[in-house]
Amino acid sequence: MPVDKVTQKGGDTSEAAPLERRPILELRGISKRFGAVEALSEVDFEVFPGEVVALVGDNGAGKSTLIKCVAGTHMPDDGTILFDGEEVRIHTPSDATRLGIETVYQDLALCDNLDVVQNMFLGRERVASLVPPVVELLSELEMEKRALDVLESLNVTTIGSVRTRVAALSGGQRQSVAISRAVMWTAKLVILDEPTAALGVAQTEQVLALIRRLREQGLGVVVITHNLHEVFEIADRIIVLRLGRRVATFEHATTTPEDVVAAITGARGQAA
Amino acid sequence: MASVDAPGGHGTRAQGALDALHGLSRYSLQRWRQGELGALPVILGLIVIAAYFQSQQSSFLSARNLSNLVLQIAATGAVAVGIVLVLLLGEIDLSVGSVAGLCSAILGVLIVNHGWPWWAAIVVVLATGSAIGAFQGAWFALAGVPSFVVTLAGFLAWQGVQLRVLGSTGTVNVFDPHISQIAQSYLPAFWGWLLGIGAAVTYASSLWIGQLRRRRAGLATAPALVVGARTLLVVAIAAASVEVLSRFNGVPTAGVILLGLVVAFALLTTRTRFGRYVFALGGNAEAARRAGVNVARIRIAVFALAGFMAAIGGIIFTSRLTAASTQTGGGTFLLEAIAAAVIGGTSLFGGRGSAWSALLGALVIGSVSNGLDLMAQPPEIKYMVEGAILLAAVTVDAVARRSREAAGR
Repeated sequence: MPVDKVTQKGGDTSEAAPLERRPILELRGISKRFGAVEALSEVDFEVFPGEVVALVGDNGAGKSTLIKCVAGTHMPDDGTILFDGEEVRIHTPSDATRLGIETVYQDLALCDNLDVVQNMFLGRERVASLVPPVVELLSELEMEKRALDVLESLNVTTIGSVRTRVAALSGGQRQSVAISRAVMWTAKLVILDEPTAALGVAQTEQVLALIRRLREQGLGVVVITHNLHEVFEIADRIIVLRLGRRVATFEHATTTPEDVVAAITGARGQAA
Repeated sequence: MASVDAPGGHGTRAQGALDALHGLSRYSLQRWRQGELGALPVILGLIVIAAYFQSQQSSFLSARNLSNLVLQIAATGAVAVGIVLVLLLGEIDLSVGSVAGLCSAILGVLIVNHGWPWWAAIVVVLATGSAIGAFQGAWFALAGVPSFVVTLAGFLAWQGVQLRVLGSTGTVNVFDPHISQIAQSYLPAFWGWLLGIGAAVTYASSLWIGQLRRRRAGLATAPALVVGARTLLVVAIAAASVEVLSRFNGVPTAGVILLGLVVAFALLTTRTRFGRYVFALGGNAEAARRAGVNVARIRIAVFALAGFMAAIGGIIFTSRLTAASTQTGGGTFLLEAIAAAVIGGTSLFGGRGSAWSALLGALVIGSVSNGLDLMAQPPEIKYMVEGAILLAAVTVDAVARRSREAAGR
């Protein structure tokens, strides 16, 4: 059961330098054209387990397209995708889900009228057969307990009751629910699209702490963001896209915001 | 505090009661803020309506009149249950009145003109209603035509088919004893009491066992005061209903059918995957689609169920009038069914509501109509009053929705 891997993974990672290990996701020479527009040209990309990669770039740099190629919304025209060392083809979002890749989009895709537990299990409800195989009833207790466990393991403590409807939650709490839902089912890679764009200071801090916890649990995390301050707070590596090409890669420890801005705007290119 | 002032058993007991009250008020306040009032406003409304009509006309709360009221709302309530499901999706079905009328016509013609056995005619009619609903649902879900338009077309078209089926005479008298018994027979007092007690015990025990299992699992439970009050309320309503109805002819069979349907749909919407997806679609269809829910299939199924319930409404109607006519399912029938669902507390905006709202709303509409009849008010007054109540209910819905959105951020 993939659901149990979150807790199994805790603690066994991030001791060794991530670069010496095999990437959880590796893209080689990914290209994508929309008509005459070359959205991505020969982009390489890699994420290691227990690593947070910030994917940055100006509007139209190709960040979203790249992510959609991994999430199964777009098919790349060229290039190969390796997941956990093996070449894979991702045709649909459910292909990605099956591999263990979960994407949390900016709009979160939560149902406001459902509560936290119902949202976390949406589409994957636990049921028990009452009159097999005709009548199946939802196993609410089991789902609620599991949701509580996941939220606790991620240290999401601000939600008063998991039976609160999502409509009544704050932006940060909603983001936490969306991320927790993704993590609950995947063991390996989480992609977050602008996770803090709509949040205030305290709530942003909440979400960043959650992202650090994902790293501690050994997941690969890709964060798309425009906020450089945030990039330097959480990212281990920073990959810069510009006009559909990967133009720079920075290690967090050895770089400055000015370098990153220069790479984003094209004021100065820097080899990876 | 209290235990410090007054040591000993008295103090701690007071403290316990205080804690319980405190928990209760916090619980209620929280639900209130989230716009989760449940059935409370409708029940209060019903009490006000009953009190008013009783003060005007002392026969309103008589056993005979209440028994009659149950029969008056049975068809509307059944159709409203289907409407609730459609409203939960955030859609509308305007064809249910015409479908009920058509189903009534088919039932009458099959039994009377073609000599079909009653049960075979009922099976055909239920299948017809479901098929019509599925057809309209598919048109909406697959072709992307708004449900409002598809079912408005159905509203006209099925009425046309109804007239064609009935032919030149326009009325078929259905005297088949099995059919007429549906809305004209009553449970003997013994069975009525057995049913009432059985229902109350089942409800109360499932409620308490549910709370017990939650406590054992270490999950938060509702305050015992709330659960106790709810149990008492349901037991009181069950006992009062059976007692009053038994004083006349007994519990009407049609009322039992309606209650059974409401319970079945309440379980379907709250305890099954299908029901969960109906709510999810009403809340955020895109989110449901991304979560892997087969959106088209759920939508088609919901409209099929609405058609099925319309057929049941048509059957009850036929039984009550012992006839299928061109008027069946026409007039204010459709709007009363939709109004019942909304007045009962199901949101027009999708994703919020309950099968119980069909029953409660039908009771409100039925009581007002029945009460105004007793006061010998003409139809124009009835229409105006019902219109005003519907407007009030929708306004409450819209205001509650706004306050929920405001509380969200």
